[in-house]
Amino acid sequence: MTRTELLDPTGERQPAARQRVTRPTSLEGLTVGLLDISKPRGDVFLDRLEELLSGRGVEVLRFRKPTFTKPAPADLRHEIQVKCDAVVEALAD
Amino acid sequence: MDLPDGYVAFVKASCPTCQMMAPALIRLREAGSPLTVYSQDDPAFPDGASPLDDSELRTSYEVGVEVVPTLLRVETGAVTDRLEGWLRTEWEGLTGVPELGAGLPPYRAGCASRTLDPGMPEQLAIRYGGDKLRSRRVEVAELEDEFEAMFERGWADGLPVVPPTGERVLRMLEATRRDPQEVVAVVPPDLVECTVEKAAINAVMAGCRPEYLPVVLAALEAACTSEFNIHGLLATTWSAGPVVIVNGPVAQRIGMNSGGNALGQGNRANATIGRALQLIVRNVGGGRPGGVDRATHGNPGKYTFCFAEDEQGSPWEPLSVERGAPVGTSAVTLFAGSGVQPLVDQQSRTPESLARTFATCLQVVAHPKLALTWDAVLVVSPEHARVFREAGWAKARLREELDGRLTRPGAEMVRGAGGIAEGMPPALAGADVPKFRRGGLLIVHAGGTAGMFSAIIGGWASGAVGSEPVTREVSE
Repeated sequence: MTRTELLDPTGERQPAARQRVTRPTSLEGLTVGLLDISKPRGDVFLDRLEELLSGRGVEVLRFRKPTFTKPAPADLRHEIQVKCDAVVEALAD
Repeated sequence: MDLPDGYVAFVKASCPTCQMMAPALIRLREAGSPLTVYSQDDPAFPDGASPLDDSELRTSYEVGVEVVPTLLRVETGAVTDRLEGWLRTEWEGLTGVPELGAGLPPYRAGCASRTLDPGMPEQLAIRYGGDKLRSRRVEVAELEDEFEAMFERGWADGLPVVPPTGERVLRMLEATRRDPQEVVAVVPPDLVECTVEKAAINAVMAGCRPEYLPVVLAALEAACTSEFNIHGLLATTWSAGPVVIVNGPVAQRIGMNSGGNALGQGNRANATIGRALQLIVRNVGGGRPGGVDRATHGNPGKYTFCFAEDEQGSPWEPLSVERGAPVGTSAVTLFAGSGVQPLVDQQSRTPESLARTFATCLQVVAHPKLALTWDAVLVVSPEHARVFREAGWAKARLREELDGRLTRPGAEMVRGAGGIAEGMPPALAGADVPKFRRGGLLIVHAGGTAGMFSAIIGGWASGAVGSEPVTREVSE
């Protein structure tokens, strides 16, 4: 299947992106995505977070944007959406 | 687009004429003329001419190349001469190189430019001419199902919709001369300006063929008038939705059904024109069930409800003509309809008897004791229409008969009469009350040739209080 670009049929009053899910009250039994936006030392922060979360029995998946200068590609957003219940994005320098 | 000065040639390796005349390009280069060659397929062709890779066709598209080989003369960035195909004398004349085509045939027709391959013009228009379309692009992930993605975004009416890709929308827009950015109507409930482009996107999603678009646009214009009041029709708790009745030559031309099962499924034009209108209300106007649409029940016609009148088989003038559209023009009539109630009469052979059947059945629209505030469409079948034709009854004669039969003593209709609390105000007890207001009963001819049945499409709050039927010509 090749990637498709569709034209928005709406009046464009709503953002094209879908609404965020509600924030979970607990991480128990959830899968947390850690998204590195590819800025220097973001991985240091996320490595430590992974250590802490894994230590508490939370399943962690790591993701990385190709570049911090552009929005995450649709495929990456979709992958995070289907695999994770929550995501932490590291904006650090 | 910046073209280099000098000579600019467009070729493709798969073109026999380009292969044949390639030595001339080498010779032109050797003669010291500034030459730039763009190759549409093989970036190494022609060998020795240092071709530039135009396999993405950007330059060919921007220059408007239709034939290969094409030779341009460019002076200070502007094209001053253009040759297409191979005519040796022309090439030698334009380049001033006398033996340019030595040993080559005097004439060979060129081949079509790759920019004209099937489907390519639309793709290139999207890729390089995207300024024609203004709608936001929504990217669907590779592993995401595009149909599910459209459901999730709330763009669909409960049934799958056709993905509105740029190519499809551009093809749809070719069916109208109107500018894509022209505003067709302001669509309730959000009062959003709907451009031709937005209408085309929703028409693609509904499954329309491009030739249906002018009908969709006319229906949209009619629906969004204050008389028709699609806002109220959407918001009402009543079951009604827009019904589109099509008259005139366009109906046959785009293959609409006015015969057997005209009000049912199975005809693409009938199905998708009505659906396109509802998708525009949903997507552009923001009108959705549970939101501004507060219908208690709704009705299946709110997915789509569109049919054509059978004018050829009709004993009467078309609905649109009766409503003021010139004879022979195409028009849509919008009606706020709540559903179909078929009626049967297999015994009547006289127009008087059949008209009484019609009147009796029409009394039940909304409630037998309510009058004047509910319109209706009477869809007369060919077998019923035959009875009136053979008796020489014009539509006006039928109306006159129906008017009389549909007028009842107010005493039977007031609140409490017959042991039913619902009814007309007590003040009407001494009056004769007609069922329909003037102009509130529309009569059309449609349906299959077998069946002594007709059909009633009940209405909604009529006139200034609710909705007035609106007829608009279709401009093609």
